[in-house]
Formats: sequence, C-alpha cells, structure tokens
Amino acid sequence: MAVPRRYAPSHEWIRLEGDGTATVGISAYAVEALTDLVFMQLPEVGRRVKAGESFGEIESVKAVSDMYAPVAGEVVAVNTELPQRLESLGQDPYEAGWIARIKPDNPADIEGLLDQTAYDALVGKQSR
Amino acid sequence: MTNHLSETPLCRWHEAHGGRMVEFAGWRMPVQYASIVEEHLATRQAAGMFDVSHMGRLSIAGPAAITWLESLLTRTVAGIDVGRCRYTLITNDESILDDALVSREADAADGTPRLSLVVNASNRKRVVAWLRSQLPGSSVTLTDTTLDTAMIAVQGPRAVEIVCGLCPVEDAARIGGLAAYTATRAMIAGQPAAVSRTGYTGEDGVEIVVAASGAAALWEAIHSAGLPHGLRACGLGARDTLRLEAGMPLYGHELREDSDPFALGLGLGITLEGRSFPGSDRFRAMQAKPPRQVRVGLVFDSKRTAREGYAVVIGDRQVGAVTSGSFAPTVGTSVAMALVDREIAPPGTAVDVLIRDARQAGRIAPLPFYRRGG
Repeated sequence: MAVPRRYAPSHEWIRLEGDGTATVGISAYAVEALTDLVFMQLPEVGRRVKAGESFGEIESVKAVSDMYAPVAGEVVAVNTELPQRLESLGQDPYEAGWIARIKPDNPADIEGLLDQTAYDALVGKQSR
Repeated sequence: MTNHLSETPLCRWHEAHGGRMVEFAGWRMPVQYASIVEEHLATRQAAGMFDVSHMGRLSIAGPAAITWLESLLTRTVAGIDVGRCRYTLITNDESILDDALVSREADAADGTPRLSLVVNASNRKRVVAWLRSQLPGSSVTLTDTTLDTAMIAVQGPRAVEIVCGLCPVEDAARIGGLAAYTATRAMIAGQPAAVSRTGYTGEDGVEIVVAASGAAALWEAIHSAGLPHGLRACGLGARDTLRLEAGMPLYGHELREDSDPFALGLGLGITLEGRSFPGSDRFRAMQAKPPRQVRVGLVFDSKRTAREGYAVVIGDRQVGAVTSGSFAPTVGTSVAMALVDREIAPPGTAVDVLIRDARQAGRIAPLPFYRRGG
C-alpha cells in the first residue's frame, strides 16, 4: 500500500519510504502556479537541514522561489537529472519530478505536516 | 497608498480567460494567461495581442500646440507631417520624466493642429502635472484621454493581416500601407480607431486606440479572427520578455530620471541642434563627454536569470549592474541588459554576474538579441 504524501504549507511534499528515508518534491499546484520553469538549484548531498530551512531554489521566467526542507534531517540523495528535465515536474511531480531524499531525524515529524485533504483545502482545490 | 486599482475596459475578459491579474503601476493587469514562454513564441511566430490600455494617452490641441510641444520635447515636432509618430523624451530642467511617442493627428475641421502623446503608466500623473504647469494659456488644451479609451497592441508576423481582415477594403489598404512609425484612422470591426504601425516587441504590428465603450467588442473580434492564424492573448510578462529580446529600454529600469540617454544608445530620441527645451544644456554637456558607463547586452549559457540590480563583475572588480534580465524564449538562454564601464563594453568581453550565492559566466553581446527576419 502506498504511503500517503504529506505537505508543507510552502508547497513541498514528502513521503516516507520503506528504508527510513523520505522523498521530497514540490506539489503539482506549486508547479502550475510557477509555470515556465527555467532553473533549479538542488540541495547538496550530505547537508543537514532544519525544518523550514531553505535548501534549494526554483526559478521561473517571472521569479525565483526558495524550496524549504519539510522536516529536519540529512540530505542523502538528489535527482541530478531534474534540472535538465524541468518539464518532468509538470508531467509527474510526485515520481519522476522528485527533488531530494532526506533521512529525517525524527520520521514522526512527517505526521505533523498537512495531509492531502488539509493541503487541498489550503490551496482551495477539490480533493482528487 | 491606496488599494484602489484602475481597471481597463478589458479587465473582465482577462479574468474570464484565466488572466493572472497583478498590480502594475496602479492598474490591475494580466501578467500571463497560461505560459509566458508560449505567449512570447506565439507573438514571434504568428501574433500576440496585448491590452496596453494602462499606457497614458494625452491629447494636445490648439493653435499653439505644435510650437508649445516643440519647446518641451527632446524631439522636434515642428514640421512633423500628419500621421507621423516619433520617439521622444519628456524632461524638465533636472531630470528625464518619461519616454513617449508623440504623433501628429489630422487637424481639426477648422485647421487647428492636434497631437497625441503615449506615456508610461507609471509616469502618467507626473507627466500630466508637469505639462499642465507649462501650458501657455488658452492657445493649447491638454486632455488626458486614458480612461475614456483603450489601447490594444497586435504584434507579430500575422498581426497586420489579422487586423486588416476586420476592416473595409479602403481602411485595410491604408493600414497595410502604413510605414513604421506612421498612423491613420480606420474602422476595425465596426469601431472607429486610431491605428499606428508601432509596438514594443521587435515585431511588425499595430497599436490601436479605440473608445472605451468599443474596446471589448474590438478585442473579441481581433481575438476570434486571429485564433485560426495562431494569435494568442498575451500578458505583461511576455511584453517584457519580447521587449528585452528586442533590446528596447524600459523606463524605471534602463532609463531613469538621471540617465545619460547617449550612454543608453537613445541619442536618436534627442535633437539638440539649434534647439532649446528643458534640460537641453544638460544633454549638450552629456553628449560632449564620453559616458562612464554604457548600456550593453549580456548573454549566458544557462537559463538562470540575471535580474535587475545584480552586480556585473570581472574577477573581484564590479564593472556594472543588470538593469533587466530574463530567460529569452527565442534565444533559448538567459539574457540581460546592463550598464557597464565603457572600457569593458566591447562585445565578447567575458564577465560574471553575481546571482545570490553563485557566480554565473556570461559575455557582452550586441543589442538587440533578436531581430525579426534575422
């Protein structure tokens, strides 16, 4: 059974994997709101991040946005192909468009983030 | 500050068609409908239509209208033919208040000369206040017609054909025959309009001024007629990337109150010989002296954007600053305009731009980045 995604109010998603790491990306809503993506600065592997700390940036034609770590932990992997294929964020933000894997200091922190219903309510959309 | 934003007669249309509405110079305007890049490319490949009703439109008339404007503008208007448009600056003794297009319209029925000015939305109120303070009395009237009219730009290789298809045969022939920087009156989709062969995209095209009451019908007619030709409605985002690729300056970014227009490559906007206008002696001094910094293009291999204010450096030495920058959809990489020290301005000079914590390699490039047919 797929583990459900949780969301930060700053539009990152996070999903706990079976090996104790968590995959992180940005939501379909955020990708659509940004549009015209041109550049992504990935986090550095091995970097320790605090919850809510800026750990990368994503740039569209109009503006630059920070990406924030949804939970505290260590960045253990990044999707190095993504900056060259930013279109995959629009096509598949939750699989091919993953951004980083974090080893959370406390996996239970993920439970404290928004579930799908709460996130949909935040962005004013119907649950799908 | 007030929260009240002005709305153009096309605001409802933008909202109904997915326009992302933002505040711009006191107006509620669409920055994009869907993708800025797609809107940009549609304009280059077919046509784009833009609501530019936020631009200030001023009407000047009276027996002394020409001599009065001649005493105020950096370009000469004495002897300008009916139907001609000219790029000019509007100055006072100390500073550049705006850049503008001045046009000579058909004389009134009694032979009274009439001219128009199109000014930037951000400068309209102070330009109107300045010009009113300079009025010589009843021999010239100045009317701000911005709120009574709308202005629609149709730009791109198919633009003129699309607009002409909505006109009676004679009107279409007049529009089709307009040289760049000339204007005429015409009926378009049943609406009386002023049409000029001008724009801010680097493409062929027209700008149309119509009564506010007829704007929505005219916009809808052009949009419907243009769709089969590949026309798209475009927001201010694409307008900005298009003008950047075309190397056109924007007031508040490249051009400022204290700018040296010769350093910006805008000497064509100033005619000094035998003339006197506010600040003309200041501009004579500027023209006589080589500028410390000049406007140049920068191109990068990355799509990462060098935005306004970012430092241009060679090694540890700052040699300038970015005035506008964006990913350039037609070029395929990021480009910028910058003011840099004259010594390093020759095309090909390698420079870096400091983008937050990073250093991005680029090189000086000639302007414009894009030339149609090129």
